Amino acid sequence: MADVTLKRVEKSFGATHVIRGVDLDIRSGEFCVFVGPSGCGKSTLLRLVAGLEDISEGEIWIGGTQVDDKPPKDRGIAMVFQSYALYPHMTVEENMAFGLKLAGADKAERTARIHEAARILKIDHLLDRKPRQLSGGQRQRVAIGRAIVREPQVFLFDEPLSNLDAALRVETRVEIAKLHRQLGATMIYVTHDQIEAMTLADKIVVLNGGRVEQVGAPMDLYREPVNQFVAGFIGSPTMNFVPAQVAGAEGNHLVLRLKSGATVAARRPHEDLADDAVTLGVRPEHLSLTNDGGLAGEAVAVEKMGGESAIHVDVGGERPLIVKAPGEAVIHAGDRVHVAVPTDTTYLFDHEGRSL
Amino acid sequence: MNGAWRRWVFYALLIILFIYTVFPFYWAINTSLMSGSELFEARPWPPDPAWSNYVSIFREQPFGRQILNSVFVAVSVVLLALSLSVLAAYALGRIQFRGRRLLLFTILGVSMFPQIAVLSGMFELVRSLGLYNNLLSLVLSYMIFTVPFTVWVLTTFMRELPKELEEAAFVDGASPFVIVTQVFLPLMGPALVTTGLLAFIAAWNEFLFALTFTLSSEQRTVPVAIALISGASAFELPWANIMAASVVVTVPLIVLVLIFQRRIVSGLTAGAVKG
Repeated sequence: MADVTLKRVEKSFGATHVIRGVDLDIRSGEFCVFVGPSGCGKSTLLRLVAGLEDISEGEIWIGGTQVDDKPPKDRGIAMVFQSYALYPHMTVEENMAFGLKLAGADKAERTARIHEAARILKIDHLLDRKPRQLSGGQRQRVAIGRAIVREPQVFLFDEPLSNLDAALRVETRVEIAKLHRQLGATMIYVTHDQIEAMTLADKIVVLNGGRVEQVGAPMDLYREPVNQFVAGFIGSPTMNFVPAQVAGAEGNHLVLRLKSGATVAARRPHEDLADDAVTLGVRPEHLSLTNDGGLAGEAVAVEKMGGESAIHVDVGGERPLIVKAPGEAVIHAGDRVHVAVPTDTTYLFDHEGRSL
Repeated sequence: MNGAWRRWVFYALLIILFIYTVFPFYWAINTSLMSGSELFEARPWPPDPAWSNYVSIFREQPFGRQILNSVFVAVSVVLLALSLSVLAAYALGRIQFRGRRLLLFTILGVSMFPQIAVLSGMFELVRSLGLYNNLLSLVLSYMIFTVPFTVWVLTTFMRELPKELEEAAFVDGASPFVIVTQVFLPLMGPALVTTGLLAFIAAWNEFLFALTFTLSSEQRTVPVAIALISGASAFELPWANIMAASVVVTVPLIVLVLIFQRRIVSGLTAGAVKG
């Protein structure tokens, strides 16, 4: 268990600048998730912490030691790879023993650690099998087991669930959370899936274009995104964005005029607006359908997911608004509907995408 | 109708191909079992099969010793070439460094020189090393054409191995040497068998270097020994003995290929298609 600290970390591959000045503090025992779209640098950042890539600038500290010149084995880390990367010619037991053998652990200790890890992960009965005789989920456990036996200070996970099918992914997600509680170790986890990030993390780091957009607890990021990128990335379905003009103020509320001519009341920002062109953001789960009032439009698509429905409503903007409604929607594509916009849960962004 | 006709053509071609490839070997066996004047009658099978030729090749010269020479040279070449090229393939296939492509093509270029072009230079080298009429001279010179080939095949194969496997081993604390010997090597079986076998065959059959760098009958390898089998007089070419010797040295190769044939195919296509 150890803190991980990144100070002004930069990474370039030739002329390509992949990581641009990342500062980050991960406390001991924290579950930290790097999330972002593909190509945002999240995997590269993890590999820099692991020592599989060398940083170009800055410092990396793990547990009070500066590690950026050390090889992976001396950093006190263990890594679980997306493809599991089990050694195909070794049994499960040999896979888990490999690192310990190289580190010079004696046989009794190796056996003890392997059986302890196998017990935690419930893979005791698989120790004599080869990786090709295992299912995807079992391979995943072995990969995690191989990390556990090293008793690392920090666990690194590189998209460990993306090769599993949907049901198994949810199950394994829960088990990783349980494992984190059980081991109490610092974990850094990379994913492109914001649901994994929201459900697993103590701290989410949203990356975009090699920069940290925002760091915070999952619900803080959900409630108070610092910019339009984070607002759009966290939450599913994604937040609705509508370009608007500020038309005036009414007490605590701003009145916004949309392109279609309709007006909407929105939460008034703390600071004064420099510009009257803004982007209104509303989460699908905060919108609701009403019989009249609000924004009038036409339902262009109705997606029923059983417990909830997503209704796409064309209100005359560039893109339809998505409304998330509980239960089974009683409307059909083509129906005229009204969308109620709640004043208190709206977001405003300036022309650069910053939250107002 | 059309389909049946096509099948006939296919099998006819197959039979022609079969005869074309197998006939010389069949004729060698046929000839090796004849004696005396039967040789000149061109019969499809020996009228009175006799093993005397097989006995005489071992009696009239140190043929057993020569076979052992060939085995020694071929096995040494295979082992040396494979161990060198596995290490080279790791560097060339997995590590980014300046001049890697140039180096790869230089290695390929080396194998393109005709043997005769390097023969005299090689001869000087062998003599200055004091290896003339020594089997080690053959081991050394055969590496010229086996190493480039094995390096290329193994480099291609090594490139296909997943990068994450290497990184996992690296995180586990493995040095490059441990990665090569304990992680990659066990996965390279098919490629090693294929390249090893082809290197073995090349070394087993080589003639020009073997003829040039050896002098005495005890140091000869089989291709040279067979070529230099002579009859009782200068006017006699002992065809039956030559054929018997050829059969004896071909059989081990056929057995090897049959044993490894599945692995050879999977090894040869390993670099071509992913999966």
